[in-house]
Amino acid sequence: MSGPSDFQPTNPALKWIERRLPIMGLMHSSFVAYPTPRNLNYWWTFGAILSMMLGVQILTGVILAMHYTPHADLAFKSVELIVRDVNYGWLLRNIHASGASMFFFAVYIHMFRGLYYGSYKEPREVLWILGVIIYLLMMATGFMGYVLPWGQMSFWGATVITNLFSAVPYFGESIVTLLWGGYAVGNPTLNRFFSLHYLLPFVIAGVVVLHIWALHVAGQNNPAGVEAKTEKDTVPFTPYATIKDMFGVSCFLLFFAWFIFYMPNYLGDADNYIPANPGVTPAHIVPEWYYLPFYAILRSIPNKLAGVVAMFGAIIILAFLPWLDSAKTRSSKYRPLAKQFFWMFVVVCIGLGYLGAQPPEGIYVIVGRILTVCYFAYFLILLPLLSRIEKPRPVPNSIADDVLAKTGGKAAPMVSTVIALMVAGGLLVGGAQNARAEDHGDKPPGQKWSFSGPFGKFDRGALQRGLKVYKEVCSSCHGLSYVAFRNLAEAGGPGYSVAQAQAFASDYKIKDGPNDQGEMFERPGRPADYFPSPFPNEQAARAANGGAAPPDLSLIAKARSYKRGFPMFLIDFFTQYQEQGPDYVAAVLQGYEDMPPAGFTLPEGSHYNKYFPGHAIKMPKPLNDGQVTYDDGSPATVAQYAKDVTTFLMWAAEPHMEARKALGMQVFVFLILLTVLLYFTKKKVWANAH
Amino acid sequence: MTTASSADHPTRRDFLFVATGAVAAVGAAATVWPLVSQMNPDASTIAAGAPIEVDLTPIAEGQDIKVFWRGKPIYISHRTKKQIEEARKVPVSSLPDPQSDEQRVKSGHDQWLVVVGICTHLGCIPIAHEGAYDGFFCPCHGSVYDTSGRIRQGPAPANLAVPPYSFVSDTKIQIG
Ligand code: FES
Repeated sequence: MSGPSDFQPTNPALKWIERRLPIMGLMHSSFVAYPTPRNLNYWWTFGAILSMMLGVQILTGVILAMHYTPHADLAFKSVELIVRDVNYGWLLRNIHASGASMFFFAVYIHMFRGLYYGSYKEPREVLWILGVIIYLLMMATGFMGYVLPWGQMSFWGATVITNLFSAVPYFGESIVTLLWGGYAVGNPTLNRFFSLHYLLPFVIAGVVVLHIWALHVAGQNNPAGVEAKTEKDTVPFTPYATIKDMFGVSCFLLFFAWFIFYMPNYLGDADNYIPANPGVTPAHIVPEWYYLPFYAILRSIPNKLAGVVAMFGAIIILAFLPWLDSAKTRSSKYRPLAKQFFWMFVVVCIGLGYLGAQPPEGIYVIVGRILTVCYFAYFLILLPLLSRIEKPRPVPNSIADDVLAKTGGKAAPMVSTVIALMVAGGLLVGGAQNARAEDHGDKPPGQKWSFSGPFGKFDRGALQRGLKVYKEVCSSCHGLSYVAFRNLAEAGGPGYSVAQAQAFASDYKIKDGPNDQGEMFERPGRPADYFPSPFPNEQAARAANGGAAPPDLSLIAKARSYKRGFPMFLIDFFTQYQEQGPDYVAAVLQGYEDMPPAGFTLPEGSHYNKYFPGHAIKMPKPLNDGQVTYDDGSPATVAQYAKDVTTFLMWAAEPHMEARKALGMQVFVFLILLTVLLYFTKKKVWANAH
Repeated sequence: MTTASSADHPTRRDFLFVATGAVAAVGAAATVWPLVSQMNPDASTIAAGAPIEVDLTPIAEGQDIKVFWRGKPIYISHRTKKQIEEARKVPVSSLPDPQSDEQRVKSGHDQWLVVVGICTHLGCIPIAHEGAYDGFFCPCHGSVYDTSGRIRQGPAPANLAVPPYSFVSDTKIQIG
């Protein structure tokens, strides 16, 4: 794309094609001979990382669509069936779901890099605007993708986001109805979101081609911010940039794999493991983390229309960056003031992201407003002002000079960075302490689970005992409808044989039919059948239980959680703590107290539970000492029952957990080896360039 | 300078490049595996393909029923004496896909023909009790099967397949 290529294939067949369609010449000039500045740092590898992520998302997405059913009644279940039954379905889904987060993570670094090094300045304005368009498309795609599993967060996220358009004067309501295809979010909405979610990534791919084209016309910017002038300033794309990008991609994959194999639910919301319920809104509606800063801006403005305008404005303003910042010097390296403010801006964005996840009350709203003002002031006041008053330091004459100067000595530690990070840290800690002060509930005590950590495995004995507790106690009110009897004999489960699972199944009466006479009949269960639910429908369950339908337990260990708060949620990332759900379930089973504490009025028909949010739980104390007989000598105590049944329910919620962790280990060994090899290869290749 | 020194150890450098390339290739190949494997039937489909039992009592002589097993139609015909005779008197060697009728039914239960009702040509469903041989006729491209489900005429290359089945009792079979 950078002018005619002198590439000539030697093979006569290729020559014949090349004369008619010079595609090899195009590839050669774009990705082989293409001159790239020799002083690029690793922030520049995020372009390649993003291309890879787009490919990964399209590939896994196309595959998931082969198994997914876009229907309001079936979508949630079909996603669960992908994870449970499709070969490597859990892997593909984890890749796709955390892939979205990785994609945004990479794009934010890519954007901040552009911001820092002035990559939007003349002659790269169109390149930058195309990038903003890609980002907008990504946001739309990510949002619609999050709706597809049709869990509680999907549904209510869709409701809240589509309702943003109701802020439009006069036409608001009609626009929203048009988006929904109904009078509320429902099946038509899900269907069109699925269609668009499949379409938009290909639109993104198209704009990415334009983005790269524009890049190859203007040439890459570089940390020095001076244009390449002579041959000495550049190196050919292949092998230099290619190998460096591959090394960057490999490092990124290590980070990515950490989420796929060890923290698949870290970035998700437990509420999305509850099927969509149009009648109940979750207590805290929180979008995915990558939208949080904009969500915070939306909420800090007390007027509906103004809030929506500010939110979209915060994104659109990026497109005007080339004209808001008119400084001649590109790289912030040579702009002492712009550099400091850049880091403060980063802190403002992270701060807004943190606030977006907090309940919109008290101090959070005030800080949110201050940061919203800072966000816009950076673009509208600061950058225009700086470009007029700031005295930049001299830039190097050429890229080659920059490279030579760099080998001389490392720059002094960035004082501004340190200050900025301290401000950010203080802000987070402050906010978190505030959150803790508001939190009156008892935190479930952390238990030791055999299945936690990278080598975690289920305790077979606990699974078998837990199954017994479920069968004898829980199953009289709670279903387990995503678990089939055959699962009991599968690897990584309670360890029963196929014959045992079959015998277990045949104890159950399963409704089948209609037969040739058109009648429903009962027959003994088969391994392919699922655990029957105790009530025929939700209404019956509700009626029999004092108005509160006992939830299905298939996913309960993943669908319940509690707030970890700062800094625990950061530490959890490194310790791979994923057991909020089990900790909570085990705690609730043991948290009953006969007498509520003084001053607490228990509503009629409720029971006091220390760990249940709000403490008034409809379920009576389910477990009592000695209630279930264990034949393996384990103590017949509530604590033991709770631990066993929770282990069983964790397995029920994620039957392939052991496979996930085992494969994760293999992938890590492989990726570390590959990364080390790529590092040395990259060193060898670049040795020639110096 | 560095160029010269790396030229001194061409083998070590080449080894590094080859090793990196090989490891990357292994990784790429291993990545393809789950992407292809997911296309195979999933666990619930496999579980649903478990054997089924069929009660034969309602099928009168000369009648047949169609049941589904693993998504395939299975024809169970209660053959008449005449049909059995027709199937047995044709010389086996003259058939396109030589197979005796005895090989295609369970001995002692000669009146029961159990075949997968999928034409061996291109997968259409043949119609029972039609065609020149009193067996099956495939309307798609005109394949004709006899009373033993053997191909007699038309483009189909093979006889209708016999699914795995066994008699649980005289009046009940298990398919699969
Ligand atoms: S499919 Fe039956 S004849 Fe072609």
